Amino acid sequence: MSKLLSPNAGPASLPRRIMQQGRYETITMLRNGEQLILAVVLPLMALVGLAVTPLLDGLGGSRVDVATPGVLALCAMSTAFTGQGIATGFDRRYGVLRFLSTTPLGRGGLIAGKILAVLVVLFLQVLVVAAVAGLLGWQPRPEAWLPGLGLLVLGAAAFTALGLLVAGTVRPEATLAITNLLWILLGALGGIVVPADRLPSLLQGIVHFLPSGALGQSLRDAFLLGSVPLPAVLVLLLWTVLAGAAAIRWFKWN
Amino acid sequence: MRSPDSPVLTIDGLIKDVGPLASLDGKMLRVVSGLSLVAERGQVTALLGANGAGKTTTLECAQGLQKRTGGSVSLLGGDPDTAGADLRSRVGVMLQDGGLPPSARPIPLLRHVAGMYQKPMNVDALVERLGINQFSRTNVRRLSGGQKQRLALAAALVGNPEILFLDEPSAGLDPQSRQMVFDLIAELRDAGMGIVLTTHLMDDAERLADYVYIIDGGHNVVEGTVAELLRHHHTADSAITDRTLYFDAPGGLSLNGVVGAGLQVTESRPGSYAITGAITPKDLASLTAWWAERDIMPASLRLEARRLEDVFLDISGRDLR
Repeated sequence: MSKLLSPNAGPASLPRRIMQQGRYETITMLRNGEQLILAVVLPLMALVGLAVTPLLDGLGGSRVDVATPGVLALCAMSTAFTGQGIATGFDRRYGVLRFLSTTPLGRGGLIAGKILAVLVVLFLQVLVVAAVAGLLGWQPRPEAWLPGLGLLVLGAAAFTALGLLVAGTVRPEATLAITNLLWILLGALGGIVVPADRLPSLLQGIVHFLPSGALGQSLRDAFLLGSVPLPAVLVLLLWTVLAGAAAIRWFKWN
Repeated sequence: MRSPDSPVLTIDGLIKDVGPLASLDGKMLRVVSGLSLVAERGQVTALLGANGAGKTTTLECAQGLQKRTGGSVSLLGGDPDTAGADLRSRVGVMLQDGGLPPSARPIPLLRHVAGMYQKPMNVDALVERLGINQFSRTNVRRLSGGQKQRLALAAALVGNPEILFLDEPSAGLDPQSRQMVFDLIAELRDAGMGIVLTTHLMDDAERLADYVYIIDGGHNVVEGTVAELLRHHHTADSAITDRTLYFDAPGGLSLNGVVGAGLQVTESRPGSYAITGAITPKDLASLTAWWAERDIMPASLRLEARRLEDVFLDISGRDLR
């Protein structure tokens, strides 16, 4: 009998496999410098920039009160869409997805692990952004946190589905380009940090139907007005379902 | 000899179409066409074939990485296309491209994969056994081909699989690591693991395989133990007595009448000769006598018996494909 080999005792339990993958993906994300710039540095720059310029004046709150919910929405887009999309695209290129799908983790566990990692990183981003915003004088309604976090999770779901759709259908270089470009375009013009009524009138009608606009608007409503706009929630749900279904249909594992 | 135990893998009439491909005017390409094989516990089963013969596709259909178009596959009694975690935990897979994340370090990566199993191998012992500790502080991205290969083998083994798939296991290995990997494969085989590997290197198959399937054009053409293939499979012009004598000497020698008329003499490059056929001691004597008369001393001289490579080339043709 080989000294190494012992009888096969089956897979670890499903929750343990997902936790294991989630932890691994979280550490990988946090150790990636470019990812940290996208996830933390750029959102904080946006926060400070919006707090010191008059761009958001006259929207029914202090600058930082209007800016912070949008920056939280931007964090969700950074991590769930751009960061996770690029990582998945390159994992696909290097055969990592194929290898892991032959282990007990499987395809379902792999996706679950990625979603877990997105949620953990997003939670850490919220802590950092909220702390910095607090120093800048942010005063969120305490009762807004529960719906606010729920909206962030829903937004992360929509952006994760979109990120996986891109990562699973085009080359990783194209995923890199598409998700970075969309991050810039949606970040600047998608109604995420800058509310729709401050955008050119041409865009105003469109941004409400974008996941960026819906997430930014609903978070601002939650934290500024204490209400959750149903249409924006429906838009986010619709993007999640459509992009999720498209990703399941067209995602190529190799 | 085939074992009476239930096989670890049975493939019957496997068909796999890919496409539609633009290069074929949007038609499907049949990559595997009716391939059948059986792999037993405690044996190394080799799929031997040229590039593009359908070896990797066959393996991927057996691993559940590709859905088959037709035929049946029984992997440890289950269907790889619908395999759950229980079945996957009993199967170890080493992919041709490794499938390891470039930014990972070897030992944390192995511990991560080990975490997917109830009772994995001892990672430290595995790392020691495959010499991975020599490069444990290097990212996968910076590992050499052979180092990556050893790490991928460790990742495939860490769950104590009952069947191990190895796609081109010796690719990129230096002679020392090759010996290390081959020794480990033999040890695992002796411990009862069923090992299925692909290779286009006859030498690998000769050294490792208990049973060989020669694959050509998407189906198996000949099968048997290495000894059986060498003994039984010969065409009219290549008998078991066939040998090849290679030597290097001045170019342009005319050996007509020097050796027996039935032997084939070729000069593949100027000065590089091969004499093939049923070479007799008399042929050797007359050849060396002929050299002595002319004061020709060959720069090299090598006599080889028929090898698996010759069987393979007889079967799949000597054309470059």
